[in-house]
Amino acid sequence: MPDTDAYLMLSATLFSIGLIGVIIRRNMITVLMAIELMLNAVNINLVAFAHRFASLEGQVFVVFVITVAAGEAAVGLAIIIQLYRLKNTVNVDEGNTLNG
Amino acid sequence: MNAAFLVFFVVGTLAVASSILVISMRNPVHSALFLLLTFLCVAVLFVLKQAEFVAAVQVLVYAGGIMVLFLFVVMLINVRHLPDEKVLSRFWRGGLAVGAAVFILFATVVRTGVYHDASADTKKLATVKEKYLEPHPTDPNKLVRKTREVENRNSEAVGMALYQDYLVPFEVASIFLLVAMIGAIVIGKRELSAVEEEQVPDYMLERVETEKEVKESMSA
Repeated sequence: MPDTDAYLMLSATLFSIGLIGVIIRRNMITVLMAIELMLNAVNINLVAFAHRFASLEGQVFVVFVITVAAGEAAVGLAIIIQLYRLKNTVNVDEGNTLNG
Repeated sequence: MNAAFLVFFVVGTLAVASSILVISMRNPVHSALFLLLTFLCVAVLFVLKQAEFVAAVQVLVYAGGIMVLFLFVVMLINVRHLPDEKVLSRFWRGGLAVGAAVFILFATVVRTGVYHDASADTKKLATVKEKYLEPHPTDPNKLVRKTREVENRNSEAVGMALYQDYLVPFEVASIFLLVAMIGAIVIGKRELSAVEEEQVPDYMLERVETEKEVKESMSA
């Protein structure tokens, strides 16, 4: 059985990749996918610690994190569709109307 | 090297490789498919940590629901008609630097291992020990983990925890989903302008016959 360290390192790697994706990509759909990657990395951490302490709290929390991820994806994709209707593009840089 | 570690190594490498491909593919459809592969790999990792229920939820909700949503939006926004422009934002060097710095930070924390058994702060861990550890049956100086249902009947244990200890957060989550659904509908729906309402085909504006009316016309 791989120990908690290995899981934490894998989760840190996935989280960093997701963070890099959020910052460097211009396509808003890919940015949303990178956010999902980061949430998944957090889930790996929670499950690893739940197993480490033989407790269920971590696994219950993962269910809530997945719920939040689902809601966030739905609202985020709706915003992307609306931006596409408005500007005919899905670039992050184009969504600067609130700058004033 | 035992089988579990081999599975972890192969699946973990696959997850990292496909997640790198997610953020490097130009076409969002390819990104979405590699994201699907990453989710499935993470589900396998959950099974390795004896979290079968969470693995099933991961496959159903992420690989089933969220991926369909993503692919639906990608298909709705016609990718080929988007202007052919740069993939990377102008902050890409800073983004790579921030990602590397965060990874080094996490790696440092993991290496020091504040969660290890040999932690100096035993007072802090006392509550955890009382809750999850119990004295060894023969040797009172040793501590063993309390055997809980988590090993063999994971779904039942998670269900009991959700509906007993975490009932209020569970209901709050359902309200959250309702709010998210209404928000997505309100944000995503298109306001028809007066010109467009003129051009809407007639069958969309026609009143739908109720079941009662259909029956009456049939009997008449």
